[in-house]
Amino acid sequence: MNLVEFFDMGGYALYVWSSFGATAVLMIAEPLLLKARRKQVLRRLKRLIRIQTEEQS
Amino acid sequence: MNNSTINWFKYSSPASFYPLAGRLIPWFTAITVILIGVGLFLSFFVAPTDYKQGEGYRIIFVHVPAAWMSMFIYLIMAFWAAMGLIFNTRLSAMMSQALAPTGAMFTFLALWTGAFWGKPMWGTWWVWDARLTSELILFFLYIGFIALQGAIDDTRRADKAGALLLLVGVVNIPIIYFSVKWWNTLHQGASISMSTGSSMASIMLNTMLIMALGFWAYTIAVALSRVRSIILEREKDSQWVRELPELKQ
Repeated sequence: MNLVEFFDMGGYALYVWSSFGATAVLMIAEPLLLKARRKQVLRRLKRLIRIQTEEQS
Repeated sequence: MNNSTINWFKYSSPASFYPLAGRLIPWFTAITVILIGVGLFLSFFVAPTDYKQGEGYRIIFVHVPAAWMSMFIYLIMAFWAAMGLIFNTRLSAMMSQALAPTGAMFTFLALWTGAFWGKPMWGTWWVWDARLTSELILFFLYIGFIALQGAIDDTRRADKAGALLLLVGVVNIPIIYFSVKWWNTLHQGASISMSTGSSMASIMLNTMLIMALGFWAYTIAVALSRVRSIILEREKDSQWVRELPELKQ
Protein backbone atom coordinates (compact mmCIF):
# COMPACT_ATOMS: atom_id res chain seq x y z
CA MET A 1 0.00 0.00 0.00
CA ASN A 2 1.47 3.38 -0.92
CA LEU A 3 1.00 6.64 0.90
CA VAL A 4 -1.32 8.29 -1.65
CA GLU A 5 -3.59 5.26 -1.59
CA PHE A 6 -3.59 5.27 2.20
CA PHE A 7 -4.61 8.91 2.50
CA ASP A 8 -7.24 8.51 -0.20
CA MET A 9 -9.07 5.94 1.97
CA GLY A 10 -10.75 4.39 -1.05
CA GLY A 11 -12.39 7.72 -1.94
CA TYR A 12 -13.63 8.33 1.61
CA ALA A 13 -10.71 10.60 2.56
CA LEU A 14 -12.86 13.63 3.49
CA TYR A 15 -15.12 11.59 5.77
CA VAL A 16 -12.52 9.37 7.42
CA TRP A 17 -9.97 12.14 8.05
CA SER A 18 -12.56 14.66 9.22
CA SER A 19 -13.72 12.13 11.80
CA PHE A 20 -10.31 11.01 13.02
CA GLY A 21 -8.92 14.54 12.69
CA ALA A 22 -11.58 16.20 14.85
CA THR A 23 -11.23 13.46 17.45
CA ALA A 24 -7.44 13.86 17.51
CA VAL A 25 -7.58 17.66 17.74
CA LEU A 26 -10.01 17.64 20.68
CA MET A 27 -8.32 14.79 22.54
CA ILE A 28 -4.96 16.57 22.27
CA ALA A 29 -6.32 20.05 23.04
CA GLU A 30 -8.18 19.06 26.20
CA PRO A 31 -5.12 17.82 28.16
CA LEU A 32 -3.17 20.90 27.05
CA LEU A 33 -5.95 23.21 28.25
CA LEU A 34 -6.03 21.33 31.56
CA LYS A 35 -2.31 21.76 31.99
CA ALA A 36 -2.67 25.51 31.40
CA ARG A 37 -5.58 25.66 33.84
CA ARG A 38 -3.57 23.97 36.59
CA LYS A 39 -0.69 26.39 36.07
CA GLN A 40 -3.08 29.32 36.26
CA VAL A 41 -4.75 28.03 39.44
CA LEU A 42 -1.40 27.47 41.14
CA ARG A 43 -0.22 30.95 40.18
CA ARG A 44 -3.40 32.56 41.53
CA LEU A 45 -3.26 30.63 44.80
CA LYS A 46 0.40 31.47 45.33
CA ARG A 47 -0.38 35.16 44.93
CA LEU A 48 -3.34 34.88 47.28
CA ILE A 49 -1.23 33.20 49.95
CA ARG A 50 1.54 35.80 49.54
CA ILE A 51 -0.88 38.70 49.97
CA GLN A 52 -2.44 37.15 53.05
CA THR A 53 0.90 36.47 54.74
CA GLU A 54 2.01 40.03 54.02
CA GLU A 55 -1.15 41.36 55.61
CA GLN A 56 -0.53 39.32 58.73
CA SER A 57 3.01 40.54 59.23
CA MET B 1 -15.26 -2.27 60.03
CA ASN B 2 -12.35 -4.73 60.02
CA ASN B 3 -8.88 -3.65 59.10
CA SER B 4 -8.56 -5.52 55.84
CA THR B 5 -11.23 -3.49 54.05
CA ILE B 6 -10.20 -0.25 52.43
CA ASN B 7 -11.83 2.78 53.94
CA TRP B 8 -13.34 4.29 50.80
CA PHE B 9 -14.74 7.22 52.68
CA LYS B 10 -11.24 8.31 53.45
CA TYR B 11 -10.83 9.14 49.77
CA SER B 12 -14.06 11.08 49.66
CA SER B 13 -12.22 13.85 51.45
CA PRO B 14 -10.59 16.26 48.98
CA ALA B 15 -7.43 16.43 51.09
CA SER B 16 -6.67 12.73 50.63
CA PHE B 17 -8.11 12.41 47.12
CA TYR B 18 -6.00 15.24 45.70
CA PRO B 19 -2.61 13.48 46.08
CA LEU B 20 -4.11 10.11 45.11
CA ALA B 21 -5.42 11.61 41.85
CA GLY B 22 -1.99 13.12 41.23
CA ARG B 23 -0.36 9.70 41.56
CA LEU B 24 -2.92 8.01 39.28
CA ILE B 25 -2.78 10.48 36.36
CA PRO B 26 0.59 9.32 34.87
CA TRP B 27 -0.58 5.69 34.91
CA PHE B 28 -3.82 6.43 33.10
CA THR B 29 -1.99 8.69 30.65
CA ALA B 30 0.40 5.85 29.80
CA ILE B 31 -2.46 3.36 29.41
CA THR B 32 -4.27 5.84 27.15
CA VAL B 33 -1.28 6.36 24.87
CA ILE B 34 -0.62 2.62 24.55
CA LEU B 35 -4.24 1.60 23.94
CA ILE B 36 -5.03 4.37 21.46
CA GLY B 37 -1.69 3.81 19.69
CA VAL B 38 -2.42 0.10 19.29
CA GLY B 39 -6.06 0.89 18.43
CA LEU B 40 -5.11 3.32 15.67
CA PHE B 41 -2.63 0.85 14.21
CA LEU B 42 -5.29 -1.85 14.12
CA SER B 43 -7.86 0.63 12.77
CA PHE B 44 -5.84 1.50 9.69
CA PHE B 45 -3.42 -1.34 9.04
CA VAL B 46 -4.92 -4.55 10.37
CA ALA B 47 -8.72 -4.30 10.19
CA PRO B 48 -9.73 -5.38 6.65
CA THR B 49 -11.72 -3.29 4.17
CA ASP B 50 -15.47 -3.68 4.65
CA TYR B 51 -17.20 -5.50 1.78
CA LYS B 52 -20.07 -3.01 1.73
CA GLN B 53 -18.69 0.32 2.96
CA GLY B 54 -15.11 0.06 1.73
CA GLU B 55 -12.63 2.14 3.76
CA GLY B 56 -15.39 4.52 4.89
CA TYR B 57 -16.48 2.17 7.66
CA ARG B 58 -13.24 2.87 9.58
CA ILE B 59 -15.03 5.85 11.12
CA ILE B 60 -16.65 3.25 13.39
CA PHE B 61 -13.40 3.03 15.40
CA VAL B 62 -13.87 6.55 16.75
CA HIS B 63 -17.63 6.93 16.34
CA VAL B 64 -18.75 4.03 18.52
CA PRO B 65 -16.24 4.55 21.37
CA ALA B 66 -17.11 8.28 21.44
CA ALA B 67 -20.83 7.51 21.52
CA TRP B 68 -20.35 4.94 24.31
CA MET B 69 -18.30 7.40 26.35
CA SER B 70 -20.94 10.11 25.88
CA MET B 71 -23.46 7.83 27.61
CA PHE B 72 -21.13 6.27 30.21
CA ILE B 73 -19.83 9.63 31.37
CA TYR B 74 -23.36 10.90 31.86
CA LEU B 75 -24.21 7.83 33.95
CA ILE B 76 -21.11 8.32 36.10
CA MET B 77 -21.98 11.99 36.59
CA ALA B 78 -25.51 10.99 37.61
CA PHE B 79 -24.02 8.44 40.02
CA TRP B 80 -21.88 11.14 41.66
CA ALA B 81 -24.89 13.47 41.71
CA ALA B 82 -26.87 10.85 43.64
CA MET B 83 -23.93 10.25 45.99
CA GLY B 84 -23.66 13.95 46.63
CA LEU B 85 -27.34 14.29 47.45
CA ILE B 86 -27.40 11.20 49.69
CA PHE B 87 -24.09 11.43 51.59
CA ASN B 88 -23.50 15.14 51.22
CA THR B 89 -19.85 14.56 50.30
CA ARG B 90 -18.08 17.57 48.85
CA LEU B 91 -16.03 15.57 46.38
CA SER B 92 -19.06 14.11 44.56
CA ALA B 93 -20.14 17.38 43.00
CA MET B 94 -16.56 18.15 42.04
CA MET B 95 -16.41 14.81 40.21
CA SER B 96 -19.57 15.58 38.21
CA GLN B 97 -18.19 18.99 37.39
CA ALA B 98 -14.85 17.52 36.32
CA LEU B 99 -16.48 15.02 33.97
CA ALA B 100 -18.96 17.33 32.24
CA PRO B 101 -16.69 19.01 29.64
CA THR B 102 -15.22 15.64 28.61
CA GLY B 103 -18.71 14.17 28.30
CA ALA B 104 -19.83 17.11 26.17
CA MET B 105 -16.74 16.68 24.01
CA PHE B 106 -17.44 12.99 23.35
CA THR B 107 -21.10 13.72 22.62
CA PHE B 108 -20.04 16.34 20.11
CA LEU B 109 -17.58 13.88 18.57
CA ALA B 110 -20.25 11.16 18.34
CA LEU B 111 -22.49 13.61 16.45
CA TRP B 112 -19.66 14.96 14.31
CA THR B 113 -18.21 11.59 13.27
CA GLY B 114 -21.78 10.35 12.80
CA ALA B 115 -22.47 13.18 10.36
CA PHE B 116 -19.29 12.40 8.44
CA TRP B 117 -20.30 8.76 8.31
CA GLY B 118 -23.93 9.43 7.45
CA LYS B 119 -23.12 11.66 4.51
CA PRO B 120 -21.39 9.04 2.34
CA MET B 121 -23.49 6.08 3.52
CA TRP B 122 -27.00 7.53 3.91
CA GLY B 123 -26.59 10.55 1.68
CA THR B 124 -27.30 13.03 4.47
CA TRP B 125 -25.35 14.74 7.27
CA TRP B 126 -28.32 14.73 9.61
CA VAL B 127 -31.81 13.29 10.04
CA TRP B 128 -34.23 13.86 12.88
CA ASP B 129 -34.46 10.21 13.76
CA ALA B 130 -34.75 8.96 17.32
CA ARG B 131 -31.11 7.95 17.82
CA LEU B 132 -29.62 11.18 16.47
CA THR B 133 -32.15 13.43 18.16
CA SER B 134 -31.78 11.82 21.59
CA GLU B 135 -27.99 12.07 21.30
CA LEU B 136 -28.37 15.77 20.45
CA ILE B 137 -30.53 16.17 23.57
CA LEU B 138 -27.70 14.54 25.55
CA PHE B 139 -25.36 17.22 24.20
CA PHE B 140 -27.80 19.92 25.37
CA LEU B 141 -27.99 18.25 28.80
CA TYR B 142 -24.20 18.50 29.17
CA ILE B 143 -24.20 22.12 28.03
CA GLY B 144 -27.18 22.88 30.28
CA PHE B 145 -25.42 21.32 33.28
CA ILE B 146 -22.24 23.33 32.67
CA ALA B 147 -24.21 26.56 32.16
CA LEU B 148 -26.37 25.98 35.24
CA GLN B 149 -23.32 25.34 37.45
CA GLY B 150 -21.67 28.46 36.08
CA ALA B 151 -24.73 30.64 36.55
CA ILE B 152 -25.22 30.03 40.29
CA ASP B 153 -22.68 31.76 42.53
CA ASP B 154 -23.35 29.83 45.71
CA THR B 155 -21.38 26.60 45.23
CA ARG B 156 -23.63 24.44 47.41
CA ARG B 157 -26.74 25.56 45.58
CA ALA B 158 -25.05 25.18 42.20
CA ASP B 159 -24.08 21.61 43.13
CA LYS B 160 -27.60 20.77 44.21
CA ALA B 161 -29.24 22.25 41.12
CA GLY B 162 -26.69 20.51 38.88
CA ALA B 163 -27.25 17.17 40.62
CA LEU B 164 -31.02 17.44 40.16
CA LEU B 165 -30.62 18.27 36.46
CA LEU B 166 -28.32 15.25 36.02
CA LEU B 167 -30.73 12.89 37.77
CA VAL B 168 -33.76 14.08 35.79
CA GLY B 169 -31.83 13.88 32.52
CA VAL B 170 -30.71 10.31 33.14
CA VAL B 171 -34.01 9.14 31.61
CA ASN B 172 -32.53 10.12 28.24
CA ILE B 173 -29.80 7.45 28.39
CA PRO B 174 -32.03 4.36 27.95
CA ILE B 175 -33.91 6.31 25.29
CA ILE B 176 -30.67 6.76 23.33
CA TYR B 177 -29.63 3.16 23.86
CA PHE B 178 -32.92 1.53 22.92
CA SER B 179 -34.00 4.11 20.31
CA VAL B 180 -32.87 1.89 17.46
CA LYS B 181 -35.16 -0.86 18.78
CA TRP B 182 -38.16 1.20 19.81
CA TRP B 183 -38.45 3.28 16.67
CA ASN B 184 -37.74 2.82 13.00
CA THR B 185 -34.50 4.71 12.71
CA LEU B 186 -32.17 5.35 9.82
CA HIS B 187 -29.38 4.63 12.31
CA GLN B 188 -28.46 0.97 12.31
CA GLY B 189 -29.11 -1.29 15.28
CA ALA B 190 -26.48 -2.21 17.85
CA SER B 191 -23.60 -4.24 16.44
CA ILE B 192 -22.95 -5.65 19.87
CA SER B 193 -25.83 -7.01 21.86
CA MET B 194 -25.78 -8.42 25.35
CA SER B 195 -28.21 -11.19 24.38
CA THR B 196 -27.04 -12.27 20.94
CA GLY B 197 -23.37 -11.29 21.00
CA SER B 198 -21.63 -9.47 18.21
CA SER B 199 -22.48 -9.35 14.52
CA MET B 200 -19.05 -7.99 13.57
CA ALA B 201 -15.85 -9.65 12.45
CA SER B 202 -13.76 -10.26 15.55
CA ILE B 203 -10.79 -8.10 14.47
CA MET B 204 -13.12 -5.15 13.89
CA LEU B 205 -14.81 -5.76 17.21
CA ASN B 206 -11.51 -6.06 19.08
CA THR B 207 -10.18 -2.88 17.50
CA MET B 208 -13.31 -1.02 18.57
CA LEU B 209 -13.03 -2.38 22.11
CA ILE B 210 -9.37 -1.40 22.40
CA MET B 211 -10.21 2.12 21.22
CA ALA B 212 -13.10 2.25 23.70
CA LEU B 213 -10.79 1.19 26.56
CA GLY B 214 -8.31 3.84 25.45
CA PHE B 215 -11.07 6.45 25.57
CA TRP B 216 -11.95 5.22 29.08
CA ALA B 217 -8.38 5.63 30.29
CA TYR B 218 -8.27 9.06 28.64
CA THR B 219 -11.47 10.10 30.39
CA ILE B 220 -10.16 8.99 33.78
CA ALA B 221 -6.87 10.84 33.26
CA VAL B 222 -8.43 14.16 32.18
CA ALA B 223 -11.21 13.99 34.79
CA LEU B 224 -8.62 13.43 37.55
CA SER B 225 -6.57 16.31 36.24
CA ARG B 226 -9.58 18.63 36.10
CA VAL B 227 -10.85 17.60 39.54
CA ARG B 228 -7.47 18.51 41.02
CA SER B 229 -7.80 22.05 39.73
CA ILE B 230 -11.40 22.22 40.98
CA ILE B 231 -10.32 20.97 44.42
CA LEU B 232 -7.62 23.65 44.64
CA GLU B 233 -10.07 26.38 43.65
CA ARG B 234 -12.77 25.28 46.06
CA GLU B 235 -10.55 24.43 49.04
CA LYS B 236 -8.18 27.35 48.69
CA ASP B 237 -8.85 28.58 52.23
CA SER B 238 -8.09 25.30 53.94
CA GLN B 239 -4.83 24.60 55.71
CA TRP B 240 -3.86 21.48 53.75
CA VAL B 241 -3.95 23.39 50.45
CA ARG B 242 -1.66 26.08 51.85
CA GLU B 243 0.84 23.43 52.91
CA LEU B 244 1.06 21.75 49.49
CA PRO B 245 4.63 21.60 48.17
CA GLU B 246 3.51 22.99 44.77
CA LEU B 247 2.31 26.16 46.53
CA LYS B 248 5.51 26.92 48.38
CA GLN B 249 6.69 30.40 47.42
